[in-house]
Amino acid sequence: MKRSELSFPLVPRFLRFPALSRSFTIASWLGWQIESNWADPFLFAVYSVAKPIASAMILVVMYNAITHGNTSSPIFPYIYLGNAFYIYVATVMTGVSWAVIDDREHYRTLKYIYIAPLRVPFYLLGRGVARFIIGSISVFITVAFGVLFLKVPLHLSDINWLMFFAALFLGVFALAMMGLVLAGVTLLIANHVWFVGEAVAGALYLFSGAIFPLDILPQFLRPIGFLMPLTYWLELIRRSLLGHTAAAFPTLAAFSNAQLFGILVGLATFFTLLAFVVFRYCDFLARERGMIDMTTNY
Amino acid sequence: MAARKSSTEMFVRTVIARAYPRVIGQHRELSWVFFDIFLPLMATCAYVFVYKAIRAPEEYIGFVIMGGAMTAFWLNVLWSMSSQLYWEKETGNLGLYVMAPNSLMAILLGMALGGMIATCMRALVIVVLGSWWFGVTYAIGDFIQLFATFMLTMTALYGLGMLFASLFLMFGREAWHMSNLLQEPVYLASGFYFPIRSFNFWIAASASIIPLTLGLDAMRQLLFASGAKFGFLSVRVEIAVLVVLCVVFIGAAKYSLDYMERLAIREGRITDTRK
Repeated sequence: MKRSELSFPLVPRFLRFPALSRSFTIASWLGWQIESNWADPFLFAVYSVAKPIASAMILVVMYNAITHGNTSSPIFPYIYLGNAFYIYVATVMTGVSWAVIDDREHYRTLKYIYIAPLRVPFYLLGRGVARFIIGSISVFITVAFGVLFLKVPLHLSDINWLMFFAALFLGVFALAMMGLVLAGVTLLIANHVWFVGEAVAGALYLFSGAIFPLDILPQFLRPIGFLMPLTYWLELIRRSLLGHTAAAFPTLAAFSNAQLFGILVGLATFFTLLAFVVFRYCDFLARERGMIDMTTNY
Repeated sequence: MAARKSSTEMFVRTVIARAYPRVIGQHRELSWVFFDIFLPLMATCAYVFVYKAIRAPEEYIGFVIMGGAMTAFWLNVLWSMSSQLYWEKETGNLGLYVMAPNSLMAILLGMALGGMIATCMRALVIVVLGSWWFGVTYAIGDFIQLFATFMLTMTALYGLGMLFASLFLMFGREAWHMSNLLQEPVYLASGFYFPIRSFNFWIAASASIIPLTLGLDAMRQLLFASGAKFGFLSVRVEIAVLVVLCVVFIGAAKYSLDYMERLAIREGRITDTRK
């Protein structure tokens, strides 16, 4: 037996880092096995390309139908890149929350995971990693397609890479926490809707300024957008990729990059606390109501 | 004659029996109202605001509302029908379905009808609230054609769903990913958020194999004053093509389900729940 395992019971439960990292890494490996083992490489490639490109092309066709292909307007890269990086919202949130339904009703292993020496929230976060990787491939393909075929003004030498990766890390972290909130709620609901994460991500499309500036929203709806970390995350991503072009819209123009990072860190911290509180509460209710091994074959 | 009547009765009873748990499930737990109605309404509104951001003519807002409403039916076909036999296999019910003296088409129809309350509610809420919030006005010229278009679209669409159900089952674990794969590409190809005429003729014609493409185009032409201006083909031609699609998809679904049932009995692999 390893030394770390021998001393394990003496460490307070909330500081047992090996248990947390083990839960996360094993779940990441498991998630990748589930996601990648299902298809032959050709179908996997089609799946990785067709879905994000189609999603982007819906907006491109909408845009072209009205502007007759005027892609030089600053709103075009605003919409295109916002939509491309929004892929992460659906994939990360779905990855974390869908694991509940998948393990509870499909593989029927959630009850065993609960009795295993794992921390369930970290296990669920780990299950989201595979979707994050697939989402990253989709984002890359979508952005590359935009640059190569749709004249999205992106130049590798002009990109602020440090800002880009810092914003990406913080944004994906906040998304994972939002996914954990959703996973907690999913513990308490039946399998009526196939992808709860995608439904929530679809709704947040409205409030995140992903595909239109928040100023377009009615005044009373804008505060919801300003409470979402996604709003600041996407603005930072656009600024890091496009530079001055991204500041053509007045919604967040008054904020400096440092202020946007500050707000994003604050909201990510808030959602982290919220995620653990909500998950813990939902987890308690699910155990109380005997829903950990529920199957709903409606 | 008696045997025929009995098989019809069995078909109807099977439809009711499979629809029943879905209806009861929806009454038992109402979380779907939030996830399946309220959230998609928000997503549809997002596309409306895209058009507002690029200052599109008002007709486009009505087109988005109609397209957003019709997504409900496509998702119902994909998730509650096409990938459902695979899910039933994984949960151990498919073997029972094949063994029982009933039709798989009836079971699939029962699934679809059982989920229809949620689907229709979702479509209705998007149309009513979306039209109210964004001030969409309708100018319905011909109710009979509108009703015929809707019913033919639904018939062809659910026929396609039944065909997919058997095909997806044979794809095995790829069923869910096929359903996932057919979401956005079909939204694009069928013109859910823009008139299909935005594509060139041959792309639009190829996309017409999906019943929602022509169904949605015909309904937009019949619902909006300027709809005909954005139409792909005349409504009469689109209705005629939808009739053909109904016959083809239902026939193909029957053949495919029968083939799958024979395969399941002969080889015993399709109903196997190995993971």
